[in-house]
Amino acid sequence: MTWIPEAASNLASKVDGVLLVITLISIFFFVLITVVLIYFAVKYRRKSEDEETPYITGSEPLEIIWTVIPSILLILLFVYAFVVYKDMRTPPKDAVDITVTGKQWLWTFEYYNGKKTLNELYVQQNRPVRMVMKADDVLHSFFVPAFRVKQDLIPGRYTQLWFTPTKIGTFDLFCAEYCGTGHSAMLGKVVVLSPEAYDIWQNGVATDGGAVASLPPAELGEKVYKEKGCNACHSVDGSVVIGPSFKGLYGKEGKLEDGSSYTADENYIRKSILEPQEEMVEGFQPVMPSFKGILGDDEITAIIAYIKTLK
Amino acid sequence: MANHAVAANVYVPFLEKKGLLSWLLTTDHKRIGILYLVSISLFFLVAGAIALLMRFELLTPASDFVSPHTYNVLFTLHGSMMVFFFIVPGLAASFGNFLIPLMIGAPDVAFPKLNLGSYWIYLLGTVIVAIALLQPADTGWTFYTPYSATTDADVILITLGVFVLGFSSILTGMNFIVTIHKMRAPGMTWHRLPLFIWASYATAILQLLATPVVGITLLLLIAERSLGVGFFDPAKGGDPVLFQNFFWFYSHPAVYIMIIPAMGVISEIIPVFSKKPIFGYKAIAYSSLGIAFISFLVWAHHMFTAGISEVAATIFSFLTFLVAIPTAIKVFNWVATLYKGSIELHSAMLYALGFIFLFTIGGLTGVFLGALAADIHLHDTYFVVAHMHYVMIGGTVMGFFGAIHFWYPKWFGKMFNESVAKLSWFLIFVGFNVTFFPQFFLGIQGMPRRYATYPEEFESLMALSTYGSWLLGLGVLIMTVNLIKGLFSGEKAPQNPYGSLSLEWQIPSPPPLENFEEIPHVTDWTYGYGKKKEVDA
Repeated sequence: MTWIPEAASNLASKVDGVLLVITLISIFFFVLITVVLIYFAVKYRRKSEDEETPYITGSEPLEIIWTVIPSILLILLFVYAFVVYKDMRTPPKDAVDITVTGKQWLWTFEYYNGKKTLNELYVQQNRPVRMVMKADDVLHSFFVPAFRVKQDLIPGRYTQLWFTPTKIGTFDLFCAEYCGTGHSAMLGKVVVLSPEAYDIWQNGVATDGGAVASLPPAELGEKVYKEKGCNACHSVDGSVVIGPSFKGLYGKEGKLEDGSSYTADENYIRKSILEPQEEMVEGFQPVMPSFKGILGDDEITAIIAYIKTLK
Repeated sequence: MANHAVAANVYVPFLEKKGLLSWLLTTDHKRIGILYLVSISLFFLVAGAIALLMRFELLTPASDFVSPHTYNVLFTLHGSMMVFFFIVPGLAASFGNFLIPLMIGAPDVAFPKLNLGSYWIYLLGTVIVAIALLQPADTGWTFYTPYSATTDADVILITLGVFVLGFSSILTGMNFIVTIHKMRAPGMTWHRLPLFIWASYATAILQLLATPVVGITLLLLIAERSLGVGFFDPAKGGDPVLFQNFFWFYSHPAVYIMIIPAMGVISEIIPVFSKKPIFGYKAIAYSSLGIAFISFLVWAHHMFTAGISEVAATIFSFLTFLVAIPTAIKVFNWVATLYKGSIELHSAMLYALGFIFLFTIGGLTGVFLGALAADIHLHDTYFVVAHMHYVMIGGTVMGFFGAIHFWYPKWFGKMFNESVAKLSWFLIFVGFNVTFFPQFFLGIQGMPRRYATYPEEFESLMALSTYGSWLLGLGVLIMTVNLIKGLFSGEKAPQNPYGSLSLEWQIPSPPPLENFEEIPHVTDWTYGYGKKKEVDA
């Protein structure tokens, strides 16, 4: 394990420069204070009760030295960190806009061509991206450690951040502002593709299309369950997190909020995914977002197949 | 102040009277200090135990000991109890009450009945919060809107409790300011005051001026939830970031309400066990006021990623750097006091030296978070958790434990077992570092705070942190048992076991009811240790 995640954006190495300089200065002062402290504590350790000590009450030159030197260093550090911050807050004109919406406990991304993805952000290597961010319910925070960027999403207004991904790969996306029960499950991925792969992805062909197509439905369902964020609210072990557990769900009967009864068959599950607030099961909060336009028909079919295996 | 006890010249220790009412209705500052000391210590132990439960859950990445919701409730409880019940009243209310009149040569604080009233208000606040906890909140101790405006938990009652607690803080601060201005013994000029008094004075100003703001904020939050007026909730036309501005306008100065008294304690302990005058008295005294002043102007450094303007962020970052300067000055002066001293490593001194070591780490890592570009990466990660605990435990709690071990003989007239005290210090010191140092690395790696579950890549450091918490817990347990045991079976304490020159050590242990047989006449400062040469520095 390295001490800091791989620097995968244009901003990352600049931020690391700031971190490194502060770390070095901190280590210098820490070592200085500790060494002097321990040296004094050992050297002047009391040997007899009637030891004589000198009457020293202070030293003006010393006070000036240890006020002025740290002040100068601190001001330099401030300026350095500010210069990098200014870069981080100034998106280039040619940046591509992507809209991010945070909602308990999902990330939705909308691209300029109308494409939408859930919990997975697709960006192109070496192409600056400006994220236009909003929240639907409470505060969230968009945090990609490998890019060294973070910005809160606030209901009722837009915030922004930008970066240029420099390395191809998949990177962690965390929600960094506490947002309730599912906060630690509000995880996503940033997928950085090469320009060629990004073109293919943009035109609607899944990048791992071959692999997905060859999966049996239940396995594909499990994959969707994990990648599209179902797991933030629905357990597979029978415990209730936010929504009903998937375990034993298929074929289950019960009462809805309006008193009528339901049977969790294929059609009920499908409707619950696409119009979750329509037929609410008693005792649950209407918090689930609609997955219309996010999950395709075959993915919904796969999830149902997966739920059937959870007895 | 009536001086009626002087009539009989018999020594009656203030602990003489027994019975519950003699405690609950006392106006004696020393007893009120004990009431606070016992209350805050209990809350510290309970909130500490909750922290151990959280760390236990975090031993593995999955959520296997408690559910995510329960985990969120636990960190809310831990944070709010530690902040509002323990560390804000903390040293100021307990040792401030006990020491301020003794150190300045006064029979009591300026308004003894109000002082008791403050304690009762404190107790009322804690009871309200305790009732609210029947339906525990999961908002975190910061009550950020709009989550806190929408969650099911009884946020209204909890914030009402915290609101009430605030009044206790305000009244205590006012009482101390008047006491320090008006009740100093003849000859106790401002520049002869012990540094703990300077620190208490700076703290009291903060309590008086900053606390009303959090009161107003919490009141607005209550109005929003119960009356539906939109202040902070965007669904009602409010602004969630406004809440953060209000909240930190109080809660950042509050950080200094917590730490400045501990700095005062360190300035008392080090000269006594070095037999040296404090180095740079005026620099330390005025830096307390400097920190208090600047602390009002840095609140938005908690909000660099929260959508405030770039200009605001830049100004607040600069002001934040300014706080580092008076803080550094204090550390340098403490270390310089040791020079050519005759140093006794008493348990209280070990806590003081531990304070310098840990607080230096806490302070330096604060520079990371004040620096704009670095904070963007580190904000809301474990780096912040580690930094804050290095300041709050490494600073305030070390100062608190140091104060207990230092003034214990004076306050209770008994001695504790010194070897056990040293052992528990060692466990606490090592346990603390094993718990929190790895969290700096977790934060730099990107591990967000307030996560009930976490990605597997963080597991080894998280587990190490949990093992450290067991060591820390064991150390606190041994220390507590040792201190309680001393009360019952400890040796009788002499009047002045360490040869201190401060006024409180010149009267019997425990102090008599009215403190001083007659009000002392002060002719020199408190730190006249060591042999004066012909030419003074």
